[in-house]
Amino acid sequence: MVSGFSVAGRLKGLVGMLAMSVGMVAPVQAADQEILNSSYDIARELFSAYNAEFSEYWQQETGKSIEIKQSHGGSSRQAQAILQGLRADVVTYNQVTDVDILQQRGKLIPVDWRERLPNASSPYYSTMAFLVRKGNPKHIQNWDDLAREDVSSVMPNPKTSGNGRYSYLAALGYAQKAYPGDEAKSDAYLKSFLGNVAVFDTGGRGATTTFIERGIGDVLLTFESEVNNIVAQNPDAGFEVVVPKVSFLAEFPVTWIDRNVERNGTEAVSKAYLEHLYGEPAQRLIAGFYYRVHNETVKKEFADKFPELELLPIEEIAGSWENAMQVHFASGGKLDQLQRR
Amino acid sequence: MRASLASPALARNNKPGKRVLPGFALSLGVSLLFIGLVLLLPLTGLVMQAADMSWVQYWAVISDERVVASYRVTLWAAAIASVFNGVVGLLLAWVLVRYEFWGKRVVDALMDLPFALPTAVAGITLAALFSEGGWYGQLLAAVGIKVAFTPLGIIVAMSFTSLPFVVRTVQPVLEDLAPEDEEAAVSMGASDWTVFHRVLFPALWPALLTGVALSFTRSLGEFGAVIFIAGNMPYVSEITSLMIFVRLQEYDYAAASAIASVVLIASLVLLLAINLWQARYLRRLHGR
Repeated sequence: MVSGFSVAGRLKGLVGMLAMSVGMVAPVQAADQEILNSSYDIARELFSAYNAEFSEYWQQETGKSIEIKQSHGGSSRQAQAILQGLRADVVTYNQVTDVDILQQRGKLIPVDWRERLPNASSPYYSTMAFLVRKGNPKHIQNWDDLAREDVSSVMPNPKTSGNGRYSYLAALGYAQKAYPGDEAKSDAYLKSFLGNVAVFDTGGRGATTTFIERGIGDVLLTFESEVNNIVAQNPDAGFEVVVPKVSFLAEFPVTWIDRNVERNGTEAVSKAYLEHLYGEPAQRLIAGFYYRVHNETVKKEFADKFPELELLPIEEIAGSWENAMQVHFASGGKLDQLQRR
Repeated sequence: MRASLASPALARNNKPGKRVLPGFALSLGVSLLFIGLVLLLPLTGLVMQAADMSWVQYWAVISDERVVASYRVTLWAAAIASVFNGVVGLLLAWVLVRYEFWGKRVVDALMDLPFALPTAVAGITLAALFSEGGWYGQLLAAVGIKVAFTPLGIIVAMSFTSLPFVVRTVQPVLEDLAPEDEEAAVSMGASDWTVFHRVLFPALWPALLTGVALSFTRSLGEFGAVIFIAGNMPYVSEITSLMIFVRLQEYDYAAASAIASVVLIASLVLLLAINLWQARYLRRLHGR
């Protein structure tokens, strides 16, 4: 699941799916083709914008009209729906593990799905950043500040949210760099880091609400993109963005579902839909939503928005996603041990 | 038509074991089918999913330290919430039945609101009200009480979502109680307290207990309202439903079903016990 997973989000997803199924029955302006994009919770606005861009491009390129339906929700829940038979053509998630499960449980996609598109099938990326209150009264600059006794933080639960998992992994990556080879020290740091969390919301949007509306905590940990959006939407609150020098590389994997596009007869358009995400216009659009992109031209245009920093990939921190899930997040894993009283 | 159906039934009614309503076989069949489709089939699904595990695994899942801590939190919170609801719900039902006042219908309708409101909305609203900047929260903060994001918040959310159970089970029983009983007691010199605990309470007690038990079992399973106000701190304010949710997020359906089965069995045993006790109590009360 996802950044921004919440029950409310799930309800919205459900309503969306209902609306979708109604849409299928009702006589809509028939497009030549339609595809369904199963996506994560907070990507609604991003993909609405992108869909408009893509359908125009597709119309020009092929002369055919295309309708793209969207379904949003916690990405683990979204993946479960596909495993249970939802015939989505493409997935655009914010967790590699939720795409992997489609291979492991459903054999819907090949094992090497990450090799099919550039940048390990992640057209854009982000990292974990901090949002602090006006004037940064607690002087929070880096991960070590989050373990200080006088700091209280808000982050989503790593057990229920990819967003929370990313923050945990970022802190772990920091600890590995700060205390190389010293696991006891690293564990002690992570213990106080987790101990300072005042509220563990189940999803990213819930955590945002807790920090902003309820006024809990000195710092909110969430995606850099979410943090920037919050500041843009609450210009008067005086929140400040702090991007730590070292953080986690959060990838946003996309792929087409082989089994479904075959049955739906949408293979070509589904591939084009995802490939087009790497093109310059799409990359510019995505960067406008505060995600980091790969396109060099767009990168330069947005250079002032994205400070240079060291991004640690999962391989460097925990070997692989599979390993990270087993060692850290599974029941009785490292996270459970660190949270034990 | 009606008479022809009714008269043999009436005639047969003298014999033991005969029913007034005809078509018993049909109606029982329909009931059983529905119980099967709506209740038992999903339950079987639950058992099937948990059946992937061995007993050792099952035990390991349900006796995990953090899960056990969540049982403790959930049980305590549900117990306090339902006892609170017992007192407040009885009072509300009493006022609604025994007094006439302006706007009574509206108040009566309001009682069901917690059922109508999506629980997630209830949770978010309560969290907003009870957090330190909220309307109630700032007053409580002044006396040093924190509700939102503490176990106290769990109790608040649980009692909000399950209050109607008590009101709606006690209300009809109260309506059936003839005021003459009380008048008779008073005319025979009973004090208010004696009337209450010797005349009213024995008649109300079974319904009240059922209401409290329903409120309790509802609270055991509550998720939407609670997670938004609980703070979800491991070992402190994590409820059992959240533990189930976590297992589902890990695609571990078996473990989720295992923990769910504990909640289910607990609720089932409790409801069954209450039902048996109630039947005995009513037999004694009515001298049958």
